[in-house]
Amino acid sequence: MAVIQVSRKPLTFAERTYLPQIVGGLKTTLKHFFAPNDTMEYPEQRPAIPPGYRGVPTLVYDPHGREKCVSCQLCEFVCPPKAIRITPGAINPDDPTAHVEKRPQEFEIDMLRCIYCGLCQEVCPEEAIWLQNQYSTTGLSRAEMVNDKQKLYELGGTLPDEHFKWDKKKAAEGGGHAH
Amino acid sequence: MFDFYFNFPLWFRLPLQGLAVILVLFPLAAACSMAERKISAWIQGRPGPNRTIAPILAWIPGMGVLQRLGIFQLAADGGKFTFKEDGVPGHVNKFYFILAPILAMIPALTTVAVVPFGAYLDSAGKLVPIMLANVDVGLLAVFAVSSLGVYSVILAGWASNSKYPFLGSVRASAQLISYELSMTLSVLPVFLLVNAPGGHGTLSLVDVVAMQSGGWHGFTAQSWHGLWGVCYLPLSAFIFLVALFAETNRQPFDMPESEADLVGGFHTEYGAFKWSLFFVAEYCHMIVGSGIFCLLFLGGWNLLPWLPLAKLAGLLGIAASPLLTGGLGIVIFLGKVAAFIFFFMWVRWTLPRFRYDQVMKIGWQRLLPLAIANLIFYLLAIALTQK
Repeated sequence: MAVIQVSRKPLTFAERTYLPQIVGGLKTTLKHFFAPNDTMEYPEQRPAIPPGYRGVPTLVYDPHGREKCVSCQLCEFVCPPKAIRITPGAINPDDPTAHVEKRPQEFEIDMLRCIYCGLCQEVCPEEAIWLQNQYSTTGLSRAEMVNDKQKLYELGGTLPDEHFKWDKKKAAEGGGHAH
Repeated sequence: MFDFYFNFPLWFRLPLQGLAVILVLFPLAAACSMAERKISAWIQGRPGPNRTIAPILAWIPGMGVLQRLGIFQLAADGGKFTFKEDGVPGHVNKFYFILAPILAMIPALTTVAVVPFGAYLDSAGKLVPIMLANVDVGLLAVFAVSSLGVYSVILAGWASNSKYPFLGSVRASAQLISYELSMTLSVLPVFLLVNAPGGHGTLSLVDVVAMQSGGWHGFTAQSWHGLWGVCYLPLSAFIFLVALFAETNRQPFDMPESEADLVGGFHTEYGAFKWSLFFVAEYCHMIVGSGIFCLLFLGGWNLLPWLPLAKLAGLLGIAASPLLTGGLGIVIFLGKVAAFIFFFMWVRWTLPRFRYDQVMKIGWQRLLPLAIANLIFYLLAIALTQK
């Protein structure tokens, strides 16, 4: 292949003194000096959380106020750092949602272990565990960094539901079809 | 009103004045460190230190603005440096290790003695400079004393007994020696102009300002004296400026520190109060250096070209009051110094550090011949015009 020699233009005298470049640089830095800050002053200003953000894992209620988790423990099994610990419990027979049969008696996520991978959310058949917007967890002890069930529901709140799976099942059951 | 003060014996007055100047210069140097942090932050698009405030002061309305400006950070920094544990590493030469930061402060605070920072008109209408020691050697004393500062750097690097401080101090001494020459040569034309042939010679900075304090006399040769030095000695001013950056170890010439290749340079082994002494000494050098540049090339305490202080005081109607005129002169002078220090910091975030060989090359192969050519040019020009 032919080698093409590109002749470089020799520097002019002004360029060799570097002074015009330095003046140009000074202009640039002065522009930045007067430009508004890029920094967000964190505790007062919070970043806008984009949709689909994966923050702290939480448990959610459905719009009727039923806790969605049925303590199937899939998330506990899938969790790579073994951050989740579930103690399953039975639902009281006189509860309107007794046909769901199980609910977590205790649900703990150790936020010192959690790696925010979102596998728990992905594996959950009930859409009960969600990685939501909260991104900052602090605590003064290891025990404080373990989110228990009450805390998880506090953080999670209620999310809209499209399926109302268990209501449909109950309705179907009422129609004589066992699920 | 001032008779009370002037009736004190001289031995009492002079230390008092010296102490007053040091008490202004020291906090000013500390304030420069704050300004440095804020200006660095603003250039980099950050707000900079803006949270510190003493809880007692937080109740006073309007303190928020000062808090945002980081004024109280100064006290926090100073307090930290004063009270934190000041360890001496086991492998150093203790005597020289402790001596070095003290030696850094001495020339830094001594040079200010011969720098005039204002002037007032006495009852006879004569301009009297405000300074500690109005000596004839003036600038020579500044050069002589301020170059002693390199001893502290060498001593610190040597006493630290480890390789990075040692390399830093060796570089520092080489750099200071290289640029001292061009710096001295660059100011010679100024004094050639000040000292008219046949007159009595002086190196006083007061006379340099006096040369730049002329009024407007139409388009005549006399109007030259209203101009500032930078207008008719631009190359001198430029060489002096570059050498000043090198002498004060500021970026792009901060060879002695160059934290990227030398950890921290000569003060790697230092901490707490001893380190802060080096730090303050560096800023004192910067302030005094800026002051001398303003006196030599920017008209000292004159507000604008062709508008000397005496005339300005006359226009404002305060010429009769030495206190007001003196205050005005000091404010104008300090304003110029502050602007110049801003320039120092502005350049810091514009130019990257030169490599060591580049520093030497610029110093010896570019600046020095330029300074000599500049001197010869003005020698000839002055010889031909002022016969």
